[in-house]
Amino acid sequence: MTTPIVRVEGITKTFGDTVKALDDVTLEFAPGIIYGLLGPNGAGKTTLIRVLTTLLRPDSGRAVVAGVDVLADPKTARTKIGLAGQFAAVDDYLTGRENVEMVGRLYGLSNAESTKRANEVLERIGLEEAADRQVKTYSGGMQRRLDLAASLVGRPEVLFLDEPTTGIDPRSRIDVWELITDLVDGGTTVLLTTQYLDEADQLADRIAVIDEGRLISEGTSDDLKDTLGGSVVELSVPEDRQGETIDALRAIAGSEPLVHAMTGEITIPAVHGARTLTEVVRTLDAASIIPNDIALHKPSLDDVFLTLTGHPAETDPDEEPPSNGKRGRRRRSKQ
Amino acid sequence: MTATTAPTKPGRVASSLPRTIRDILVIVKRNLLRNVRLPQLIIFSTIQPIMFLLLFTYVFGGAIGGTLPDAAAGEYINWLIPGLLVQTAAFGAGQTAFGLTEDLAKGVIDRFRSLPMARSAVLAGRTISDLIRNGFVIGLMLVAGFVIGFRYQTSFAGLIGALALAMIFSFSFSWIMATIGLLVKNPEAVQAATFLPVFPLVFASSVFVPTQTMPGWLRAFADNQPVTVTVDALRGLILGEGALLPGSTVLGQVFLSLFYSGLILAIFVPLGIRMYRRSVN
Repeated sequence: MTTPIVRVEGITKTFGDTVKALDDVTLEFAPGIIYGLLGPNGAGKTTLIRVLTTLLRPDSGRAVVAGVDVLADPKTARTKIGLAGQFAAVDDYLTGRENVEMVGRLYGLSNAESTKRANEVLERIGLEEAADRQVKTYSGGMQRRLDLAASLVGRPEVLFLDEPTTGIDPRSRIDVWELITDLVDGGTTVLLTTQYLDEADQLADRIAVIDEGRLISEGTSDDLKDTLGGSVVELSVPEDRQGETIDALRAIAGSEPLVHAMTGEITIPAVHGARTLTEVVRTLDAASIIPNDIALHKPSLDDVFLTLTGHPAETDPDEEPPSNGKRGRRRRSKQ
Repeated sequence: MTATTAPTKPGRVASSLPRTIRDILVIVKRNLLRNVRLPQLIIFSTIQPIMFLLLFTYVFGGAIGGTLPDAAAGEYINWLIPGLLVQTAAFGAGQTAFGLTEDLAKGVIDRFRSLPMARSAVLAGRTISDLIRNGFVIGLMLVAGFVIGFRYQTSFAGLIGALALAMIFSFSFSWIMATIGLLVKNPEAVQAATFLPVFPLVFASSVFVPTQTMPGWLRAFADNQPVTVTVDALRGLILGEGALLPGSTVLGQVFLSLFYSGLILAIFVPLGIRMYRRSVN
C-alpha cells in the first residue's frame, strides 16, 4: 500500500469540561481518493477538519497530512492543504477573479503566477464567464464553486471540504459532485464531511462513520453495507398461500425465511443477488402464486447508520437532504 | 509517492518581513475595495460625525461659548473640532471590531488561518485599512468644519500635526477594537460591545466641554484619560497653549498622547495577534 496521505492517531478534543467533540479518533487513507466523513450534526466532523487544517489544537493525538505533522509544523502543513468550509468564505463585493487571486497571493504565489493560476482554476470550475462580476451577483451554487476554486489555487495536496453541498439547490449539488470527482481524477486527494448518506455513497471511495466524536465504522460503502449481510429479497403473498411460499423459499435460500410478525412480509438473503430474485419469481410462477409485492433490497447507508449508532442519521428534522432523484443511484465508475 | 500526487508546491512558509508586508498589503487592498465598492459605508460613517458637528455647534455652542478659554477666539466650533476629530477617531476604530466579526462569521478568518500567510497580516491589514478609511472621514469632517466657521489659531503645520496625532490615536484604538471583536465574535453584539469603552472615554472627557465643571472624582479621571490627553494635545496644536489647563504645555500633552497610543499598541498588538491565532468560531 502507498504511504497514507492523511494519518490521524488518537485525536481527542474536549470543549469545556464535558463535551467530547472527538474521542480517540484514528484513521488513515491513501492519496488520490475521496474520503468521506459521515455523521449527523454535532458528530465531530467539523472539529476533525479544523484539527487537520491547523485551525484547532486537539487535547491529544497526532495528525500527519501530506507527510507533515500538523501539530508540530502547522506552517508547512498550510502549504499542503486547501480548505473550503461550511459557508462560502468569499467576499461578495470582490469579483470572482479577485477573490481567487487574493488567496493565491496569500499562498505565496507571485502576482503573475496567481493571475495565471486564478485563470486555470476559474476555467476548471466553470466560472470563467462570471469571473469579472462581483460575487454578490452569483447564485449560492456559484459561490460554493468559487469557494472551491479559491481552495484549489495553491495546488493543495489534500483538499478539505466541510459539507460542500449543504444549503445549495439540487442542480448545483450535482455540479459540485461532478467537480469533486473531476478533481480527484486530476490527482487531488479530498477529505469531505457530509451528513447526507447518498452523498457519501455517491462520492466517497472510503467512508468513516462518526457519531458523538467516535469513529464507529470505516471502510468502502460496500463494506459498510456488508456489515448488514448483503442484499435480501422481500416479498408478500396472499395469506392463504403463505405456508406454501415459505416452503418453496426455504429450498432456494437454504435457510429458514424470516417472516415479519405484523405484515407477513417474507425475507430471504439474496445469496446470488438478482439471480436469487429471478429464481424466486420462477418458483412462484410455477406454483401459480401471485405475489402482492416483491423486491430486491440492498441495505442502504440509512440502514447501516441505524444499525451502527442505534439512531437514524438525520437528527435535525429541519435539515432535509436536498433531493436529487433516487437515493442509491449508480456509483461513479472507479478505475 | 504515486503518479497521482499533486505537482510541486509553490506555497512557501511565511516568516520573512517582505512576505509579511506583502500579505498585509493584500489584506489592506481587500478591505479598502469594500469601502470603494460599497460607498454607502463611507457615506453613512461620514454623515454621523458631521451630524454631531452640526448638532453640537448649533445646540450647545451658544450656551458653552462664553465659558471657553480665550484661545478658542469666542467660537465654540474652534473648541469643538479638535474634540470631534478625536471622537471620530475613536468611533471609527469601532469599525475594526465590526469588520473582524463579519469575517469571522463568514468563515473568511478560517480560510485565512488555513493559508500559509503571515499570522499578523489579517489584523495589521484590518487596522491599517481602517486607519486610511478613518483618515478620509476625519478629512471630510475637517472640511465641513471649515465650511461652518472653524479656523485654526496657530499654524497650518500645527493643524497637520494635530491630524497626525488623531490618526495615531485612531490606529492604536483600532487594536483595542480588534481585540474586542475577536472576543465578542458576533457581528450583531459587537457594536454594543465597542460602545462600552468608547462612550465613557469620549463623554467623560474634554471633547465637548471643559472638564472644570465636572465633580472632582470624575475630573480626576477625565483629565488624565487618553481621549482627553489627545484632545488637549490637538487643541494645543490647533488653538495654542492658551487652550490647555494651567500648567500643561503643548509638547507635554503631545508626548503624553503618544505615550498612551504607544502603551495601547504595546498591550493590544500582541494580545490581538495571540487571540487571532486562537480564535475559534
